[in-house]
Amino acid sequence: MPPPDVEAIAEQVFAALADPSRRAILAALASEGPATATDLAARLPITRQAIAKHLVLLAEAGLVTAEPGERRRVRYRLRSAPMRVAQQFLAALARDWDGQLDALKEHLDRQARGSEEQ
Amino acid sequence: MGFPDRIERTVEIAQPPAKVWAALTTAEGLNAWFGTEASIDLRPGGSARMRFDNGSTVHMRVERVEEPTVFGYTWQVYGLPEDDLRRTYVEFTLQPAGAGTRLTVVESGFAQLPGDAYRAAYDANAQGWASELGELVDYLNAAA
Repeated sequence: MPPPDVEAIAEQVFAALADPSRRAILAALASEGPATATDLAARLPITRQAIAKHLVLLAEAGLVTAEPGERRRVRYRLRSAPMRVAQQFLAALARDWDGQLDALKEHLDRQARGSEEQ
Repeated sequence: MGFPDRIERTVEIAQPPAKVWAALTTAEGLNAWFGTEASIDLRPGGSARMRFDNGSTVHMRVERVEEPTVFGYTWQVYGLPEDDLRRTYVEFTLQPAGAGTRLTVVESGFAQLPGDAYRAAYDANAQGWASELGELVDYLNAAA
């Protein structure tokens, strides 16, 4: 059994990504760097209140960290470590051994037919 | 339980183990079914690599060579950036089955957690970028 926290971390990442507003917030932090709730509200079609609520949730899940910004505003920065755990999960799903083994079988069958004909 | 740490498949192949072994452990064999431009140094600790159709190159490290029954290697976790230190272990086991071969492939290590050292290095790296960019800005401002 894998350690339980891998599962928990992946679950938090996917739960965060399941919501379109949180996806937009994470995408904005990934593409443009750390930002305050006010910055994000200016960029996204989401109210500042809703953004603040999502940011608290994302911070609790460890997906963003809060840090002091200018004019005593809290700035949020994306934390990539949990994303990397989730990537591993996707890697396992994306690995296509069925297709590869079919290709191996076909190759060996072709090879065998080739040597019979010779 | 949702996080698959291990993928396992068994297939029956009509060819004898020696043929299957060659397809798994030679550049010519690998090129025929797995990737392209394969190269392999077939000994424990030896390196191997292949290109995939999508243009990515994968680097492998040969771990077990027990001809013609066990071939194992580690490689980067599929889809992760090349500088990521995590690797999965792939082991092929070949058993004679009548005139053919029963081939089992096990790939494990998907659920490994980035170690503390890794996490520290990674966080340091992320911090590093922020401070390096800060230094670049300072440098450019000073030069202006």
